[in-house]
Amino acid sequence: MDYEVVIGLETHVQLKTATKMFCGCGTSFGASPNSHVCPVCLGYPGALPTMNREAIRYTVMAGLMLGCKIAQYAKFDRKNYFYPDSSKDYQITQLDYPLCLGGGVEIAGEGGARKTVRIHHIHLEEDVGKLTHRAGCSGVDFNRAGTPLMEIVSQPDLRSADEAIAYLTALREMMIYAGVSECNLEEGNMRSDVNVSLRPRGQEAYGTKVEIKNMNTFSGIHAALLFEIARQKAALDAGRAIVQETRRWDTEAFETFPMRSKENADDYRYFPEPDLMPIVLSAEQIAEWAKGLPEAPAKRRERMVAQYGIPEYDAGVLSADRALADFFEATAQRCGNGKLASNWVMAEVLALTAKRGVALGDSALTPEALGDLLKLLEAKTINGPTAKALLPELFEKGGDPAAIVKERGLGQVSDTGAVEAFVDAALAANPKVVADFKAGKQAALGFLVGQVMKQSKGKASPQLVQELLRKKLA
Amino acid sequence: MAGFDIDRVAHLARLALTDAERQTFGAQLETIVAYVDKIAELDVEGLPATLHGHAVNNIFREDVPVEGLPTAVALANAPARVEDEIRMPRVVE
Amino acid sequence: MDLKGLTIAGALAGLRSGAFSSVELTRALLEAMEASQGTIHAYVTIDGAGALAQAEAADRRRAAGEDLPLLGVPIAIKDNMNVTGQPCTASSRILEGYTAPYDATVIAKLRAAGAVFLGRTNMDEFALGSTTQTSGFGPTENPVARGCIPGGSSGGSAAAVGGDLALAALGSDTGGSIRQPASHCGIVGVKPTYGRVSRYGIVACASSLDQVGPMTKTVEDAALLMNVLSGKDPMDATSLDEPVPDYTQAWAGADPEKPLAGMTLGIPAEYFGEGLDPEVAALTERAKARAEALGAALRPVSLPHAGYGIPTYYICMTAEVSANLARFDGVRYGMRAPCEDVTEQYKRTRAEGFGAEVKRRVLLGTFVLSSGYYDAYYNRAQKVRTLIRRDFEAAFAQCDLLLAPVTPEPAWPLGVYQDDPIRNYLSDVLTVGVNLAGCCALSLPAGTTAAGKPVGVQLIGPNFGEMALFRAAKALELPRA
Repeated sequence: MDYEVVIGLETHVQLKTATKMFCGCGTSFGASPNSHVCPVCLGYPGALPTMNREAIRYTVMAGLMLGCKIAQYAKFDRKNYFYPDSSKDYQITQLDYPLCLGGGVEIAGEGGARKTVRIHHIHLEEDVGKLTHRAGCSGVDFNRAGTPLMEIVSQPDLRSADEAIAYLTALREMMIYAGVSECNLEEGNMRSDVNVSLRPRGQEAYGTKVEIKNMNTFSGIHAALLFEIARQKAALDAGRAIVQETRRWDTEAFETFPMRSKENADDYRYFPEPDLMPIVLSAEQIAEWAKGLPEAPAKRRERMVAQYGIPEYDAGVLSADRALADFFEATAQRCGNGKLASNWVMAEVLALTAKRGVALGDSALTPEALGDLLKLLEAKTINGPTAKALLPELFEKGGDPAAIVKERGLGQVSDTGAVEAFVDAALAANPKVVADFKAGKQAALGFLVGQVMKQSKGKASPQLVQELLRKKLA
Repeated sequence: MAGFDIDRVAHLARLALTDAERQTFGAQLETIVAYVDKIAELDVEGLPATLHGHAVNNIFREDVPVEGLPTAVALANAPARVEDEIRMPRVVE
Repeated sequence: MDLKGLTIAGALAGLRSGAFSSVELTRALLEAMEASQGTIHAYVTIDGAGALAQAEAADRRRAAGEDLPLLGVPIAIKDNMNVTGQPCTASSRILEGYTAPYDATVIAKLRAAGAVFLGRTNMDEFALGSTTQTSGFGPTENPVARGCIPGGSSGGSAAAVGGDLALAALGSDTGGSIRQPASHCGIVGVKPTYGRVSRYGIVACASSLDQVGPMTKTVEDAALLMNVLSGKDPMDATSLDEPVPDYTQAWAGADPEKPLAGMTLGIPAEYFGEGLDPEVAALTERAKARAEALGAALRPVSLPHAGYGIPTYYICMTAEVSANLARFDGVRYGMRAPCEDVTEQYKRTRAEGFGAEVKRRVLLGTFVLSSGYYDAYYNRAQKVRTLIRRDFEAAFAQCDLLLAPVTPEPAWPLGVYQDDPIRNYLSDVLTVGVNLAGCCALSLPAGTTAAGKPVGVQLIGPNFGEMALFRAAKALELPRA
């Protein structure tokens, strides 16, 4: 039987606000237990929640980035259930009037064609505390309780584990670009509940879905999906029905297992949160916030390829980081040569940041300086080696390349007569090497080029040197 | 009123009831529910809900950290602790 | 001089003139408080040492030339308000052992005004009741109508003020819990407009209905306290950004002969139904006559949906209560009944920690929110609430304030009606409408029954109509015995 896989994802993204969703405690990862808490996030008697404006703004930005409609009226609701990691035994979330509706994420689907994975909605809620299971007891740490979580719910438009990862990858990139989350998967900044079902191909009705909860890593999600799809296929082929249940992914056994069933778990008795007033965002406010929105990464890549004539691969590397992309574009515009700028940024500049362990933004190198340097190179005012030699200085101390070149007389020497003099001097000083070359040792030429460059203090035009050497050694 | 399942409601509310309580509360609550059923008499078609005593919107807090409780204070009220965490019976997921 | 019989205004005058010190005043009250605990039992906790330390500090500050609105004035606090370092039980065993790590905003305001905190008054458990008999620590007796309930849920506060065991007290009102005990104990009680006073730090009962308010011997004292308590609080998103006038000026410039001239008082027909005790009816008629004699115009008005107030209230309130009381689970504070299994522990802790009335209301609230019933109960009740709110708005289009009785019958004997929950609920019929609509109300003494039981009368005002409320109340106020 040929089955179609149907996958939907509910992704929780931790927002990188300075404070929690409903109180002024700092958000932080790895702090000692119960050190970022207050009466509100601990659910003490008498405590009341207050809405973090920045969390609302971040969610609206994320929604705009994903092409959602921002709700004119939104509110919070209480989701009531008892659990040790819940400090109030209800979670403040949004049920029927979330902040963002609709929207979509473009991915390369099965077969390579582009497809849009539709978003159902995005809502805001608060995270719960952390349970640590020990021998004979469990410990609760409420540091994480109250952290703002943006829940992005997709429609069941995904058709394979690969598509699911493509979706999550694109989503993650956009959240980082929008500046709303670090999306550090190891720290649990982005967790997904995965819903997967199978239906005979051509059938409209959905099959029974199984939920795999609270997954962090993309590799884990991929593996869990592959396992679950295979498990469901085997069951259906054998004539067994799929049980609608929640399962968890065991990273050691590499299997999904049913979670302990929570009888009567589903009646959350939602009702509107009486301690919080509604959110009514004007078109003006949304437009104001939209100004801070960057270009979506995929769109930026497309534009960079078209605008600067660089290959898709380059655009991919350069747009990995918004700041890097900004740097590249400013450099390309300054020197007027996109490909040259992209080669230099990808190779020389990134190599320097790696070698020095200094981020580009922390260095003294500006796009203007790099652009000017590349202009000098293109105009053949300086040669390649000179340009490469100047880069570290610009990186460390900054400066005006044209002025430096003029001051120190670093201009390329292209006068044939002058270069010829250097060539003659090098040949005269290295008779054995000349003999080796004439005896057939090709590599000796490279050595001689080096010697000529040395004679010229690195300023001779390398092309001219090559030309003249060949002529004289012929 | 049909439908007041005391065991289900008590479980949702995490209340253990004695048999006597199940009887007494069950009966009392059926009476009370029958009484509050009175609101079914009214026509509420098209009426908005009153969720609050007043209607203002957009009451926000700025994203500026405020000092909370020191760990010792936060844990001082905990009935049981294990290191710096609040101790609970072993939770089975 | 009988220091404990003073009003706040009288105490401030004496403290300012040096007639006595705050320490003397506080000591006099503490003595009376200790002596009455076995009978009246107005208090759950008496903080003698703390109160005297505050009084000493107040005296020192006054001697240094400082003056504050309540400097050195001893006040009682209902046991559902967080005061740093003090227990806060809401008269429930489930909160035994809990020590508050923070001040409620109203407490911080009282502190900044120099008040002295005498102790924590008894209440119905979690503010759920109208008799203070559901307290987990024993009932309170009405100090004026001896042998009777003081009312509830702020029964301890009412008894403290009515029995000269505090100069004033804070109470909280969700469905009448300030006004009704004020009426039963012969004192003044104010339920401010919803959002007028911060709820931060008050153990939540019904979030969309609760307000904190003053319980005092005089209208002037209530106005003094309202000045200190009122104002928007950034920690309470439901508190409103309305300017705070000087409520003690509400009656300034009133014509001494006709202080209510120009004022129209609405008389809501539905609040004068047949269930009203004849003596309550008579005393209310006398208040109406007095109002007219003082220059007010009386006008009949209607609150057509008044009869739906109790069912609506008991749905909306219990729903919010069921969620607000979920946090009392033995995990982070208070009492825990340790078990091997988490669910068992929740159930045991709450079974042992909560009293019967609390359990009943939590069960009811859980039910009206549950799947399959939400639409017929909670959702529908919120819409009926709109009808009730509109009734008040329409009434206020025709008058400045409403005048009505507070409670259908005077205080009844302790121990009676304990097993009849609906009978208890119905006694709230004259007060719940105000909470559902969000508007303000003030209960003031209107006299006593032949048997000497105090009976109050209620003035109800539109949102943020407290100035009119105080103006009318001051005019109608009877001279103190």
